[in-house]
Amino acid sequence: MNVLLLVLLALPLAACALLVALRGPAGERWAVTVGTITSAAVLLLSLAAVRAFDTGAPQRMQLETDVGWTSGLGLRLHVGVDGVSLPLVVLTALLTFLCLLHLRRHLPEPGRPRALVGLVLLLEVGLLGTFLALDLLLFFIFFELVLIPMYAVIAGWGGAGRTGAATKFILYTLLGSAVTLVGFLVVFLQTGTLDMVELAERGGDGMSRTVQVVAFLAVATGFAVKTPMWPLHTWLPDAHSEAPTIGSVLLAGVLLKMGTYGLVRIAVPVLPEGAQLLAPWLGAFGVVGIIYGSLVCLAQTDLKRLVAYSSVGHMGFVLLGIATLTPAGLNGALFANIAHGLITGLLFFLAGGLKERYGSTDLAVLGGGLYARAPRFGGLLAFAAVASLGLPGLAGFWGEMLAMFGAYRPAAGLPRELFLAFMALAGLGTVLTAAYLLMVLRRVAQGSAADAARGPLPDVAAREWLAWAPLAALVLVLGLWPRLLLGLTDPAVRMLLGVGT
Amino acid sequence: MTPGVTDLLAAGPPVVVAVTAVVVLLGSLLPKRPRSPVVPTLAGLALATAWVGAQAWTPLGRETRAAFCLGPPEAGALCSYSAGDLTLVLQALVLAGAVVVVLMSAAAVPEQRLPAGEFYLLLLCSVCGALTLAAGGDLITLLIALELVSLPGFALVGLRRRDARAGEAALTFFLVSVVSAAVTLFGISLVYGATGAVHLDAVRAGLAASGTAEPMAALGVVLTVVGFAFKVAAVPFHFWAPDTYAGAPLPVAAYLAVVSKSAGFVGLMLLLVVAFRPLAAVWGPLVAVLAALTMTVGNLVALRQREAVRLLAWSSVAHAGYLLVPLSVAASAAGRGILGEAVGATVVYLVVYAAMNLGAFAVATAVGRRRPANLLTDYRGLASRSPLQAAALAFFLAALAGLPPGLSGLFAKIVVFRAALDGQVAWLALVMAVNTVVALAYYLSWGAQLFRADPRVDVADSPAAAPTPRPLTLALGCALAATVALSVLPQLALQVIPGISADLGESRPPAASQTVAPLR
Repeated sequence: MNVLLLVLLALPLAACALLVALRGPAGERWAVTVGTITSAAVLLLSLAAVRAFDTGAPQRMQLETDVGWTSGLGLRLHVGVDGVSLPLVVLTALLTFLCLLHLRRHLPEPGRPRALVGLVLLLEVGLLGTFLALDLLLFFIFFELVLIPMYAVIAGWGGAGRTGAATKFILYTLLGSAVTLVGFLVVFLQTGTLDMVELAERGGDGMSRTVQVVAFLAVATGFAVKTPMWPLHTWLPDAHSEAPTIGSVLLAGVLLKMGTYGLVRIAVPVLPEGAQLLAPWLGAFGVVGIIYGSLVCLAQTDLKRLVAYSSVGHMGFVLLGIATLTPAGLNGALFANIAHGLITGLLFFLAGGLKERYGSTDLAVLGGGLYARAPRFGGLLAFAAVASLGLPGLAGFWGEMLAMFGAYRPAAGLPRELFLAFMALAGLGTVLTAAYLLMVLRRVAQGSAADAARGPLPDVAAREWLAWAPLAALVLVLGLWPRLLLGLTDPAVRMLLGVGT
Repeated sequence: MTPGVTDLLAAGPPVVVAVTAVVVLLGSLLPKRPRSPVVPTLAGLALATAWVGAQAWTPLGRETRAAFCLGPPEAGALCSYSAGDLTLVLQALVLAGAVVVVLMSAAAVPEQRLPAGEFYLLLLCSVCGALTLAAGGDLITLLIALELVSLPGFALVGLRRRDARAGEAALTFFLVSVVSAAVTLFGISLVYGATGAVHLDAVRAGLAASGTAEPMAALGVVLTVVGFAFKVAAVPFHFWAPDTYAGAPLPVAAYLAVVSKSAGFVGLMLLLVVAFRPLAAVWGPLVAVLAALTMTVGNLVALRQREAVRLLAWSSVAHAGYLLVPLSVAASAAGRGILGEAVGATVVYLVVYAAMNLGAFAVATAVGRRRPANLLTDYRGLASRSPLQAAALAFFLAALAGLPPGLSGLFAKIVVFRAALDGQVAWLALVMAVNTVVALAYYLSWGAQLFRADPRVDVADSPAAAPTPRPLTLALGCALAATVALSVLPQLALQVIPGISADLGESRPPAASQTVAPLR
């Protein structure tokens, strides 16, 4: 019994309740402050969890709490962290904190900070809970908890097409998660337990092959919508490009990870035979997503939409890594998860910054010459772009490299020739990714003397550094010292896959 | 079988309500009229609730729970009134729902110039019928109780005189009810002809002896199910519900959608599970098809609604589909002892549905006082006009959609999903999964209105002009408290499943509990 994680969940919830109670103008005035302090405290608590975490045994569930909630459903309030979830918890806390810092200066239209901050904090509860839950139903509740706040953030504070985009987002993901619930209940009825740790240890014992395949299909469909996997991705571009900056950052940075986390934590270890049979399909869709995402990006004329579509490609690498069912592939997937969260979070912040400076993110409106007009901003954009295209030495490299490495030698029983083809196509995808990101740099950052003559733009302000520098620093740190993350995930991944070290 | 004092004690709750109805009627005939029959009505309902509570919580033995028996009321005797766990839970639900409806009516009755004495008399009569229905032990009692639920209902719907819509609504409701009663009666008479018995337990024994070989019995069962399908507004026998709800005074619509529908379901469950269990292979698939049709049609049509009450009516049709899902497992349940749990799942869903739906109706009543058309667009800006009502409605809608923070709705859906998967009707679970998405679309479009700015700013709409009456706020508070409580502590509702399951003689065989999941 350790209350640290429960406090981690209860704190933003309590702040939410406080904001509901703080009515009137005072509430509007103090909302962002309350939110910033809360999210800072949550970040500190998550760092305290890192300190308390025994990094010598990251495969073990730690800081566990397990109390009954509803015996009639077998639902337990069972939370804990291991090497797979710990980095995602910290990422969530960090990005939420940075988003609230961002809100201090850039409140999106139409204001109403009390409601917006309350929703963001509720979203944080759902996100943290998803990564902490060790009970299938509890996981599902948190998984669903993010839907309404995210819908409201997009529908309330988004761009011109916000209502449609928000509705599409919530209906799509609910369709996926309703099917996921059916899969969870099939697992429960067959095994009689909802305990994710125990289910992973059993590794599919007590479930016939057919049941595993059906359950995997159901569970993975929901996660694939969230990830999103091509061809279930169509909600993503609208949602990302219509959402306010903080919405996009949290969507791309954390929300998408819920899908891949679910695959790694639940679908693969609990239903290994189903995973074995369906992994080639998962890999194939992932690879199509890589190629499709990069090709669509090449044709984009809007920076925000381009970054949104790039997520489809990057998450394709994650899916490919998972589909190999090897420690290398899964480690790569988890690494790419974190790296994508940091890099795309940064890119969306930068896109938001450009929108404030130019009033648009249309590449034609942006024109060129950012290096000359706002050199630091341009440099940061170039840094994020090359990190995103997977330059060695930055965080984007390791995950995708490991995913392809896993595809070179997939788990026994998987068709190796097929995965070699996947690897080759993914390699082509990295080239295409580089192409569109360099295109962005050429069109926005570089330019002619005429572009420079349009005059200087406000460069990165101190408060912007505050929100952006931690992300850039982490991208560099993880790029140079991947062991920081891999040391945590590797033993846990081997545990989940049931292979020795 | 002359009724004695013990019989009346056992059948206390409906008797108390019936006496209250008479008192209310006499009170309204007095030369010096009492101010309002609300207080005696509430007192009667409270007394009946206490009686149900006493029967549920005190181990008084079967003789205090069964009445009008052939022979001494001990185990094995055939009784016309018997209050098992299923009965007591449903009676408590009916009474609690009735209390909320009375609170909603307290302001609406004088405002809409409805005759108060008659209104509460009819309401109490209908409640008395619902209470009896839940305890019915023979086919004839069930049928008469069902009519007692419905007949006052027509009058309640048509009570708004000089209103063409109300008259039409009442007539539709009347005709449908008469037809459904006739169909049910025909079905029951066939069953009686096949088995020679009217008591539910005796009918089951008779059907078990003759088996499915008896086509007359099978036809009787099918016709009875169809008759009840009218009652609970299952597709394709649903068409009356939206017109009737829209034409009726709002508290009456809430009563029909929640209390009357619960009564229909308890009657259906008693007949199917207690009396017709040997023919589960006949009615199980029928119920499954009805469930799939009902939820799909209900949700699809609800998508197109522009009026709040019609939307709620169609959504309640869809919810009837979800409620039928657990019952449809019967065909595969034989010998596995899961039918009792399936009935429990339906009851849990009914409890949760009652709380969240009454809440939505309460908010609709409050808004309807200011904007009589009660269009979805009339809810624009409710968040700034009356934040508490808007927050409550948003919560109820989330619960109806089954999304957090409306956890009670999610838990109820999980229970139904689990029952369906346990009973190996996975296709129905998938149909339901798709349906929850369709349903979310319309709940969402309603919920989003609450937070939009209202383009029409007129002074008449300020809350000061028409403050929400206190009883209505109280009704809203009750529904909200129940929905929140069920969200935080779903065990409050879930704990009834084992009792109901045991009560129906349908516990899992111990050997099976090792291979199949322990559900408790």
